[in-house]
Amino acid sequence: MTSLNQFPILLIIMLAPVIGSVAVWFAPNGKAVKYIAAFFASVSLVLSILAFVSYDKAMGGMQFIFEIPWIEATGVNLSLGVDGISMPMVLLTAIILFCGVFVSWKLEDRPKEFFFYMLFLVGGVFGVFTSRDLFLLFFFIELAVIPKFILINVWGSKYKEYASMKYTLYLLAGSAVALIGIIAIFMYAADPIKGLGYYTFDIETLAAVKYDLAFQKSAFFMLLIGFGVLVPMFPLHRWTPDGHSAAPTAISMLLAGVIMKLGGYALIRVGIGFFPEGAQFWAPLIAVLATVNAVYIAMVAMVQHDIKYVIANSSISHMGYVLIGIASLNTASIDGAVGQMFAHGIMAALFFALVGNIYDKTHTRELSHFGGLAHQMPRVAAGFLIAGLASLGLPGLFNFVSEFAIFTGAIQVFPVLAIISIFAIVITAIYVLRVVQQTFFGPRDERWDELQDAKGVELIPIVLLSATLFLFGIFPSIIMDMIDSGVATLAEKFVSLKIGGIF
Amino acid sequence: MDFSVVTLEIAVAVLGIVLLATGLLLPSSMKKTNGLIAAAALTGLLLYSFMGSGSANGEFFMGMYSTDSMTLYFKQLFMIAAIFVIIMSLTSTPRFKENGGEYFSIMVFALLGMMVMVSANDFLTLYVGLELMTISFVILTGFDKSSLKSAEAGIKYVLLSAMSSAVLLYGLSLFYGLSGTTGFEGVVTYVQIGSANPMFVVAVIMLLAGLGFKISAVPFHMWSPDIYEGAPTPITAFLATGSKAAAFAVLIRMLTLMLKDNYAVFAGILIMLAVLTMIVGNLIAIPQKNIKRMLAYSSISHAGYILLGLVAFTDLGVSAMLYYIFIYIFANLGAFSSVIALADSTGSDEIEDFRGMWKRSPFITAVLMISLLSMAGIPPAAGFIGKFYLFASIINQGYVWLALLAIGMSVVSVYYYIMVIRVMLAPVPENAEKISIANSHKFVMATAAAVTLFLGIYAAPLTDWTNHVMTAFIR
Repeated sequence: MTSLNQFPILLIIMLAPVIGSVAVWFAPNGKAVKYIAAFFASVSLVLSILAFVSYDKAMGGMQFIFEIPWIEATGVNLSLGVDGISMPMVLLTAIILFCGVFVSWKLEDRPKEFFFYMLFLVGGVFGVFTSRDLFLLFFFIELAVIPKFILINVWGSKYKEYASMKYTLYLLAGSAVALIGIIAIFMYAADPIKGLGYYTFDIETLAAVKYDLAFQKSAFFMLLIGFGVLVPMFPLHRWTPDGHSAAPTAISMLLAGVIMKLGGYALIRVGIGFFPEGAQFWAPLIAVLATVNAVYIAMVAMVQHDIKYVIANSSISHMGYVLIGIASLNTASIDGAVGQMFAHGIMAALFFALVGNIYDKTHTRELSHFGGLAHQMPRVAAGFLIAGLASLGLPGLFNFVSEFAIFTGAIQVFPVLAIISIFAIVITAIYVLRVVQQTFFGPRDERWDELQDAKGVELIPIVLLSATLFLFGIFPSIIMDMIDSGVATLAEKFVSLKIGGIF
Repeated sequence: MDFSVVTLEIAVAVLGIVLLATGLLLPSSMKKTNGLIAAAALTGLLLYSFMGSGSANGEFFMGMYSTDSMTLYFKQLFMIAAIFVIIMSLTSTPRFKENGGEYFSIMVFALLGMMVMVSANDFLTLYVGLELMTISFVILTGFDKSSLKSAEAGIKYVLLSAMSSAVLLYGLSLFYGLSGTTGFEGVVTYVQIGSANPMFVVAVIMLLAGLGFKISAVPFHMWSPDIYEGAPTPITAFLATGSKAAAFAVLIRMLTLMLKDNYAVFAGILIMLAVLTMIVGNLIAIPQKNIKRMLAYSSISHAGYILLGLVAFTDLGVSAMLYYIFIYIFANLGAFSSVIALADSTGSDEIEDFRGMWKRSPFITAVLMISLLSMAGIPPAAGFIGKFYLFASIINQGYVWLALLAIGMSVVSVYYYIMVIRVMLAPVPENAEKISIANSHKFVMATAAAVTLFLGIYAAPLTDWTNHVMTAFIR
């Protein structure tokens, strides 16, 4: 254990995709590119699993710490570490990157550049989840924007130019607001009277500063808007359906699986971690918007004709649960929110991988074009059913555990909103089962008799993602205890301020 | 008199004269050699300036000329810009036919003008330096006699800069009338005595208007798009980097040395200039079809961001300006050298001609992308940290609304920068040819991109450098 603590495991997890992207750049075009990408993705995955397994839950707190000064004059350190909240996120990112590489195995159009941008992007995402420095956290969030734009713009499908530009401008506008909040925090903390009197970006140090109430309210609001775009929170969500649907399969998986989680993660780490009282002030607003997210967007998902749009809208709806969990500000609900981020990430990636698989073969995503696909593609149908059941919260899959935790926590604080949101699960069941029924069930459609079922490398993502959902669904304590150890530190603040419910 | 204070200036002046002579003596087939001599000599001087005792504070000619850490920093920046612009020019000299030899000499004199401007501690020195720079630029702008646009740009520049000089001179003469001396210290003494005179405000406005022209702040920006588009592209790059940095240097020095007690007088004007410049520059850049015009408007908007450091008017703000100007110079050098590389090969500088560049020249794509991302303020390019420092400095002074506006405008700017990136990454058009890039361009492009990327990832060296300049700079 101690030896692993000295080994810069997080740095390697983060740098492996970046080095991979450089290696891809210099590799000859062709198969080699994909093998290189797969190699560096598996380095990240293996090390993430290693870190996940050897994380000491009993001890809790930041582990695998790595720190070197970066810009001393402004107090920026290249300081990495994970706690119970970020460790599952790192694992999630590694799993989705690994699956994303195999989903793109058959990509023919400019594969070299595709893998370059994809690996670079994921390097940035790892950076966000492992940073213990606020500047780096924001730097990495920004780093992810442009590769994403290029990936959607060049390799996307329908409306790709519109969607990529919309996505980019939404996210940058959001992070512009968040940046103001971050600079304000930085300056407040550097103030010799109110704060520390020296420049620092260290998250733990900044979280320990006593911010006055007025500042907490305004700063939290800015962070809420800024990171709310990423989550996405109700009126700021408009980039999501177009962005998710236009993106190439692997990138949709990353967008829904990981990029949306950056917002939720930053909101927990910076938003409520720094400003418990500010969070309490805005919590009712978040809860109301989150309910709209969960219920209204689920209804929107019901009326979509394009499978990918259904999935994209369902992602927004599920992130509504995460927001309710965050707004309820107690240990159980935040445990659930983090768990839900993980569960939804895996589930959404599975959905998009399968939809992408179907689309590659049929070149259509219109619901009305399908029917009885289970005859030709039984494996894809099985995978889709697993994802669908996870989505509607069936016990035995990890989504159930986290949704249960969210609502246990939320019902004590916002009973009415929690009950309304629980009904979103019913709506989810309607649209998920509708898609499953119209696409896979029913009589055999002879138009699709030529279709090949998923096989070979295509199975890797399906099996890996489904297995993850089952593993944590059946043995939730493996991950929930870890999340709980991370959330407990945050919860101490709420307990001392008498915010949130019991637990 | 301590001549060691002006060693650099003397050397540059000598270099200019030598180049004039060699330009005449060398046969017309060897015009490039003149550029190589200039670049080599300036590189030597640049290295000397890092080793020499030039960083010490010094005065020359009874205080009319002074040097300190900040003047040295700016002189080094000007030399860096000049060296790269000279290397960028190596491929365009053959077009200039019989006058090719003078080209580099005039460029060196423009550099000398900038160096004199920044060290000026007196209105007269300032004016001499400013005019030396401006007149050199007028000649350079119209240097391409075969191009109608270039000649037009030259005439426009001479008329408009004459007008701005007149406004500046009028302001300076008012200062002289009020304080009775032409030195900067005289004005400080005048202010400290405390005889408030409304004419003083008029003088400050005239001063800001005159310098606002050089930094192309809105509403004094009208000249720059036409002239940027018409001038030979290396000269456009020199205008956007060297000339603008020089005007900012003078602005910083006059406000922090001469008007340090008059923040209340100029703060409002500066805020107005910065707001207008950021909004107008960014919005008008959006519909541009020509990349040189687009970069012109983008450079206008950058003047707005840089002005924020003076709005803050703290050490933090000014060192953020020094930081940003450095990064801005390299981003522009990268962008303009990419434009020249394309224009040398295809003869065009429309944005549409960059279509399919990822296949035709991955190198241009990479360099231009890094440069544009740096201007847009997106990591891992250096502009992100530059903007971060600038915005931090104004938020620290309580101008949150201004920071919000600036960051918002920066988001708007991303739109037109990534439109170029989008075109470059689009599928290759059918009749597109491969692009061959001269080695001299490759050198400039690679260096600019490398510096931009390096400072974006590891910002400590430049942060320490600019902070050091600010601590050593005594007001």
